[in-house]
Amino acid sequence: MTEHETQSPSITTTVELDSVSKVFNLGKPNEVHALDSIDLTINNGTFVSLIGASGCGKSTLLRLMGALTHPTEGSVLVNGKSADQARLDRDYGMAFQTSGLFEWRTVIQNIELPLQLMGWDKVLRKERAREMLELVKLPEFGDHYPRELSGGMKQRVAIARALSFHPQLLLMDEPFGALDEMTREHMQMEVLEIWEKTGKTIVFVTHSIPEAVFLSNRVVVMSPRPGRIAADISVSLGKRDFDTRESQAFFDSITEVREALRFKESNR
Amino acid sequence: MVTREETSRAIARHERKEAIRRGVRRVVVFLAFLVVLALVYTGYKAFGESINDAQTEWPVVGRVLPRTNDLTMPPIIDMITELGQPPQRNSSKPLAAFIAEASLFTFREAAFGFFFGMVLGLALAILMLRSRWIERGLSPYLVASQTVPLVAIAPIVVIWGSKSMGWLPFVWQPWMSVSIIATYLTFFPVAMNGIRGLKSADPAAMELMRSYAASRRQTLMKLQLPAALPYLFVAFKLAATVSIVGAIVGEISGGVTGGLGRLILDYASRYTTGPPRLYASVMGAAVLGIAVVGMVTVTEFFVMSKRREGSTTS
Repeated sequence: MTEHETQSPSITTTVELDSVSKVFNLGKPNEVHALDSIDLTINNGTFVSLIGASGCGKSTLLRLMGALTHPTEGSVLVNGKSADQARLDRDYGMAFQTSGLFEWRTVIQNIELPLQLMGWDKVLRKERAREMLELVKLPEFGDHYPRELSGGMKQRVAIARALSFHPQLLLMDEPFGALDEMTREHMQMEVLEIWEKTGKTIVFVTHSIPEAVFLSNRVVVMSPRPGRIAADISVSLGKRDFDTRESQAFFDSITEVREALRFKESNR
Repeated sequence: MVTREETSRAIARHERKEAIRRGVRRVVVFLAFLVVLALVYTGYKAFGESINDAQTEWPVVGRVLPRTNDLTMPPIIDMITELGQPPQRNSSKPLAAFIAEASLFTFREAAFGFFFGMVLGLALAILMLRSRWIERGLSPYLVASQTVPLVAIAPIVVIWGSKSMGWLPFVWQPWMSVSIIATYLTFFPVAMNGIRGLKSADPAAMELMRSYAASRRQTLMKLQLPAALPYLFVAFKLAATVSIVGAIVGEISGGVTGGLGRLILDYASRYTTGPPRLYASVMGAAVLGIAVVGMVTVTEFFVMSKRREGSTTS
């Protein structure tokens, strides 16, 4: 098997949600309306953040895109096909808050895992995994075990693993949620660097306003119970660097997102 | 300059040394404990012998604590010297050789029982993982199977083994029936801990496997089984001890000769003529138990060495 075919260039939308609702425990006393008629289109190559309070359904939305759960109503298309088909075609990579590294595998073996499942040749697998380690700047840690790495390093390995088979779409669920502030800012720069280098479409779930603003072209603000899209804010800060966090435009966008969040809070 | 490779190699070397040191410490503690145990035994024996009629009226000493003599508590030195003596008049073979032979015989039964119990237990665990209905339907029977007394099954298995195993390419030996009895005991902890272990895989890792469109078989082999290993090793240690118990009880209740069970039965029935012999053969069983658990522990050490420390990382 050679490199995975990503998508034809004619398709510009990567993810398309059409009036998607998700109800947990349908028809039972503990019924929960997690998401209510969500329409969302994500264009190829954008960095989108989903932000909202806990329980607003942002993780559920991400999991719908990955076909890890299915909508009660509506349709989810990824790369122009059903989310399930996209999952079977390995069209996306995924990273979670817990790195989910296998402790019995070395770093390089962890990155190789998806390739191994796809039946890649051993030599090609190793080669690709080395490339990925370069990308996340851990070239000399290939033979270490996860227990020997710091939290930030583990997340980098998880990202390398998610990108190992070159999916066009990267789904990230609070990947830096468990990291300290310094490591977190550092990791944000690295993710942006990877994004610029590879041109992936990234959907990023977070509950940090500065993080969402710093990373994205577009911040989708969600309100809870039932989960709805409260605002869809585009962010244009140009190329990010260390000064971006101190620029007026950055603070303005933060204010905009915060107000969108607060407006919905007081409206409940 | 010290490279990262060298550092990690040095760490590995240090960890290995540490592990050996820990092992030695364990043996020393074990031996020290043995000495303490012998002292307590001898001490109580002396105390029990000194109790006489005058003290029987005392509330605790005379009424609760039993008196002792050389028949109830033979001196430890006798147990040891007895090992060198031939237990039968017509043979010069020392008792130690009898016990060693019997232990090997019982070990073979237990080892086969352990192996088949491990395979059967794992197969059941994987089957129960496949379907919640199978798990619900099966687990009460698994539990019930362990409450049926072995003495009831053992003769059935031995007779059934000798009567209906003619179709096999080899001749069915009575000890093979004992292995089946040992299997009957060993599969249980493996199945129970196995299902728990297989389910212990990190939910994030399970979702990850799903996102890679991994097959059930791939998920089992690459994630669930490795995640279950710590649970399985606990089960294997339990299984190793019960395989010995199963073999001994199986021998006794199935009337199979040649192993420790028969030896213990013999020396128990002739206890008054030589109490140290029974003690010595029981110690043979204890040593066998410690040896098999030791084997599992050593295997565990090598298999799990990669994740020895900080195994909570995920």
